[in-house]
Amino acid sequence: MLRYALLRILGAIPTLLLVIALAFLMVHAAPGGPFDDERVLPADVAANIESAYRLDDPLPQQFLAYLSGLVRFDLGPSYRYVGYTVAELIAIALPYSLQLGIMAMVVALLLGVSAGTFAALRQDTVLDRVVMGFSMTGISIPIFVIAPVLALLFAVKLQWLPAGWSGAEGAGRLVLPVVTLALPQIAYLARLTRASMIEVLGSDFIRTARAQGLGMPRVVRVHALKPAMLPVLSYLGPAVAAILTGSVVVEEIFGIPGLGQLFVRGALNRDYTLVLGIVVFYAALIVALNLVVDILYAVIDPRVRYR
Amino acid sequence: MSLSKSTVPGPLCFVQVTTTLDNILQRGLSSDPETLDPHKTRSTQAADVLRDLGEGLVGYTATGELVPASAERWEISADGLVYTFHLRDELRWSNGEPVTAADFAAGMRRLVEPSTAAFYAEMLASIENAPAIISGSLPVAKLGVDAPDEKTLVLRLSQNTPYLLGLLTHPSAFPIHTPSLEEHGESFARPGTFVTNGAYRLESWVPGSLISLRRNEHYWNNADTAIDGVNYHVLVNNAAELNRYRAGDLHITNTVPTESFARLREEYPEELRVAPQLGIYYYGFNLTKPPFMDNAPLREALSMAVDREELTERVTGRGEQPAYSWVPPGVNSYTPAAVGFVALDKEERERLARARYKEAGYSEENPLQVEIRYNTSDMHRKVALAVQAMWREVLGVESTLINEEFQVLLANMRDAEITQVFRSSWTGDYNDAQTFLGVLQSDSPTNMPRYASEEYDALLARAAAQVDPERRRLYLEEAERVMLSDNPLIPLYIFVSKHLVSPDVHGWGDNVLDYHYSQHLSLSAPE
Repeated sequence: MLRYALLRILGAIPTLLLVIALAFLMVHAAPGGPFDDERVLPADVAANIESAYRLDDPLPQQFLAYLSGLVRFDLGPSYRYVGYTVAELIAIALPYSLQLGIMAMVVALLLGVSAGTFAALRQDTVLDRVVMGFSMTGISIPIFVIAPVLALLFAVKLQWLPAGWSGAEGAGRLVLPVVTLALPQIAYLARLTRASMIEVLGSDFIRTARAQGLGMPRVVRVHALKPAMLPVLSYLGPAVAAILTGSVVVEEIFGIPGLGQLFVRGALNRDYTLVLGIVVFYAALIVALNLVVDILYAVIDPRVRYR
Repeated sequence: MSLSKSTVPGPLCFVQVTTTLDNILQRGLSSDPETLDPHKTRSTQAADVLRDLGEGLVGYTATGELVPASAERWEISADGLVYTFHLRDELRWSNGEPVTAADFAAGMRRLVEPSTAAFYAEMLASIENAPAIISGSLPVAKLGVDAPDEKTLVLRLSQNTPYLLGLLTHPSAFPIHTPSLEEHGESFARPGTFVTNGAYRLESWVPGSLISLRRNEHYWNNADTAIDGVNYHVLVNNAAELNRYRAGDLHITNTVPTESFARLREEYPEELRVAPQLGIYYYGFNLTKPPFMDNAPLREALSMAVDREELTERVTGRGEQPAYSWVPPGVNSYTPAAVGFVALDKEERERLARARYKEAGYSEENPLQVEIRYNTSDMHRKVALAVQAMWREVLGVESTLINEEFQVLLANMRDAEITQVFRSSWTGDYNDAQTFLGVLQSDSPTNMPRYASEEYDALLARAAAQVDPERRRLYLEEAERVMLSDNPLIPLYIFVSKHLVSPDVHGWGDNVLDYHYSQHLSLSAPE
């Protein structure tokens, strides 16, 4: 298992390199630079700034310098936030995104799996249709539509929850962002669980268990749930990716000081190092999570073994 | 699991509204400052926060009059080249150490030092040797700044600069607490390490969310500072900011959304504060390429065909003022010139515009085809649509609208290769006509239309050499007249500042610079 994990990590390096190279090229290809403004700087001042940030070096040299920093886990200084390194900014923003992401993931798993199981057990009844109808809606409506509608309804009209983040305290400010972020995942997980559960419930070992006189709740809990979870598990990788990218929108709309809004600001301000740093971080995170999911797979399903 | 429990809205209401009890002022800020290091800032947002944290030799009142701040008084030599400032006795940093003249001198030297890479290095360009130091050809010790004793600061200028006092209010001229710079390096300006000399100190800063300031007990005017703390909420989205104001989370908004302006004027007539600003919104012509190169009649025709009254009343509709000059009204000791056609009525303007259009070689059969570039924003699009319609109606011009991301537009304007007509704006750095007129000098890097007129440059040079303020003013006004008659750009409207100010806030003053020091304000006691 350890050998397998190590090989997978080594295998991820070319992927990461490719991602970094592409991201590097793309941020530098975008017109304009990090220090452009309607107030154009006098040539001497601009030259001082460019040399301070080594932007006057040729691009390949900048890329190599970036890579050599990366090897030492140095993501460089931010251009937008003067005096902050990218690593510091990520460290400040990450806890907010993590909190948001983990809560959304937990909510999505709990509600999605329960709803899916519930629907599977009542296959083709009205309740099943209702649950699946809701989940189809959840999948179809994009986050950038859900978020402002929820904010308008619960924060501005009903005033049950705070409209923004800064200055508000307590768990209340997390409710709307978490719900927004979790909704599409709940919907998708419900459909996935339902399909998988229906398939498992039709298999021989379940029929045997039923024939031995076990009640349905126990059959589901002890025998069906685990095999039915395998597709859900493989979906976790993409789900984490979806929650990460979704958080870009949610953080913008609800004003949460997490990685997502940092990324957007970075891109708009041409903060090359900040954008690259977050891309590298996201990429590494997704690679790592996929690895974790693969390992979990082997733990849950004894038929899967790695050589 | 307790995590998931707390995310389900239930009878346990999680309503949590910012507490406004503690005499803390809640203000909106439209984006994060890039830094609070006074010598490295460039954004107006950073300057807004820094005006609460730091203090220059000179400051402004709530209504925008210059007043002594860290300096108690000063003398100016007859030739206008030597300024001698006398600092107050009781000046202290937020850690209790005295603020000295040497701290101010150190701040100014740091600003022009090339390795600081300061955006506002040019603010002090009129101080002796500053340009040569910025370009790296002279050591920073040669800067014309001296601190003969703890309380006296002498500035020697290389040219008369009547607006110098205004420049010294800017954060780039704030002093620096050298020990903390030495100890913490370039990242000293952070919570925990930032030693400030203004009415407030930095308590905390969560990038993208909230900047908290608390009273600086050591500030010389602490006794007259009413508010104990200021929270700047970073709210990029205007609509979100308005929601926060409506919810009672904010005392002062940074602005108001365009689309809500008319409604807010009825809803909050007392709370909505609108005031002209030192800023102008304009359409520039690319003068380096056809069709606008060497075609003055065409430029004039296009400028005349824009009905600015209609534009400001019906399109922008937020109290903006129509612009017929480049320097906005309200600039100290200056009367803006105006484009020649300002006296004509709409009908006559349009008739004349058509005549000029024909003179320029265009007609209904041979219409001008032109591209208008603007950066992506609802407001800019509306203005562009209106201008497009006016040009079409009056002259038959066929224009194409091209919207670009801001950085893309900036790059295109700077290259002056593919641009024809472009949207831009200019906001004054200080209250003097020079901050506007200097933009269009032929060697100015911000001269987006690439206007180059020897006559204009010569008039500005003469004004710069003039010690007598009245004669300087005449040269400046003449320069603007010359420039406007060349029509290198179309001034469209004068910016206005727009804030919602809660009735609980007292001491608010409107001013053209849109500076609102928290130390001038006070809050009603909570009921």
